[in-house]
Amino acid sequence: MADTALADPDAGLTQAQLAARYGLRVAGERPSLAEYSRRLWHYRHFISAYANAKLVASFSNAKLGQLWQVLTPLTNAAVYYLIFGLVLEQREIPNFIAYLCTGLFIFNFTQTAVQNGTQSITGNLGLIRALHFPRACLPLAVTVTQFQQLLGAMVVLIAIVLVTGEPITLAWLVLVPAILLQTIFNAGLTMAVARLGAKVADLKQVMPFLLRAWMYGSGVLYSVTLFEENLPGWATRLVELNPMLVYIELGRVALLEDAPLLNSSLSQLWLVAVGWAIVMGAGGFLYFWRGEQEYGRG
Amino acid sequence: MVEHFETSNDVTVTLPRIRERIPTVVVDDAHVIYRVHKGAGGGGGPVGALKRIVTRTSAPNIREVHAVKGVSFTAYRGEAIGLIGSNGSGKSTILRAIAGLLPVNRGAIYTQGQPSLLGVNAALFNDLAGERNVVLGCLAMGMHPAEVQRQTPEIIEFSGINQRGDFASLPMRTYSSGMAARLRFSIAAAKKHDVLLIDEALATGDKGFRKRSEQRVRELRESAGTVFLVSHQLSSVRDTCERTIWLESGVLRMDGPTDEVVRAYEAFANGK
Repeated sequence: MADTALADPDAGLTQAQLAARYGLRVAGERPSLAEYSRRLWHYRHFISAYANAKLVASFSNAKLGQLWQVLTPLTNAAVYYLIFGLVLEQREIPNFIAYLCTGLFIFNFTQTAVQNGTQSITGNLGLIRALHFPRACLPLAVTVTQFQQLLGAMVVLIAIVLVTGEPITLAWLVLVPAILLQTIFNAGLTMAVARLGAKVADLKQVMPFLLRAWMYGSGVLYSVTLFEENLPGWATRLVELNPMLVYIELGRVALLEDAPLLNSSLSQLWLVAVGWAIVMGAGGFLYFWRGEQEYGRG
Repeated sequence: MVEHFETSNDVTVTLPRIRERIPTVVVDDAHVIYRVHKGAGGGGGPVGALKRIVTRTSAPNIREVHAVKGVSFTAYRGEAIGLIGSNGSGKSTILRAIAGLLPVNRGAIYTQGQPSLLGVNAALFNDLAGERNVVLGCLAMGMHPAEVQRQTPEIIEFSGINQRGDFASLPMRTYSSGMAARLRFSIAAAKKHDVLLIDEALATGDKGFRKRSEQRVRELRESAGTVFLVSHQLSSVRDTCERTIWLESGVLRMDGPTDEVVRAYEAFANGK
């Protein structure tokens, strides 16, 4: 196999030296953070196409098709209203149904993103082992899919809010930055759980319990004033920092006239919301990037 | 390296062109270990699981498969290399490692540019129409949307899935296995590659499609620096590769001119 007639200048080199001499790179080497971000940007069309495909595929076998995007949150709200609004009648919250749905839909956005994100690597090993693309596309696509679902839920929510007699005010505009911040938070969180889920398969089993505990700690189903009444002061301060509680409260500030709030100061609410979006968004991305080479192993 | 002869009118030009040997893929003592979850029935049920937690032994339902055990070789530009060996000898695994899709546990693999794996395993969406799968697959290979739009009809045409009615707009789950494999190959073959890794791709589809795909691989070879071909059909290795590597249970058994290696492999396979 060798051109023995020629003096081989590469004779006597080890494999690694040979590779270095011709400028070869380690296969599947993790790119620098800047390069990785650049590639991810290049793949933005893939992310949106993939997210769309997921959305379409999830309804493809149902007769009512994409109508479920609206029907699912509606049914969800009906069940919770039956239990918490009628059976365990709530009196202290004015317009309980709107209060409940705001919390439910906003929490659901993060909840499903985390649930699907945990499996975004393990469920796509076939794709990962076949094609080369920045793996962060997968958890990000999950976030985009859930964002689209949220838009459907928001249409339902606004209808509920209007039907239950809330006025249309300028405060509604607050919803836009609040949801954007939550989306950044979700993207980071989804990337973080995607890497965790790829490493620890058992996370999938534990996740429902963690998420349920988080839901109870975010004041979705009952009045948030209960935290203040029943918890010691330091614990209430901690609950005030709960990102989900903060995003839900922002939603309630936007849509409802006189909903009970745990955070009295609006500026603190915004500060925590922005802080969590930055910390989680950047932290989750960094954490996911550091594991980039490992995802094919399964 | 007696591969390309100058085909000019000058009859005296029969000497092979001697090229500079530029390595494109350097594999240095590579080990690849898979972790396989055997699924349910790990043994002992919940009591057994509790016992394992208490005694801190690892779960028996995770097994490590040492698929590639210290393989070293160097591939040069312009080479077409066949990879042969029995089932489960680690051929596909090493291709994936070269493509950077599966990390090596020990040793290293160095490559020039980004090698592409051309396989029939690319997972697609079974619930989506063939056409949408083409778009998604192309985007996943890093193509731009405009390019994807231009290529989509060609890819569907090449795959021949529309020969019996309009299948491109039907979900993939309605396809026969041969049709799905043809579509996957057509998507992967739509892009030009530096280092091309072909995994059994030539064995899919009917005779007409095989002819077309062999032609396509030949075109890709001309533009690609180095080609690796995994195949169980020794005839296709003989046709396309001048060098062959024989792997057996994850160990490199032989590396040399195709004729020699294939002969030795055949003797080994018949003797088993």
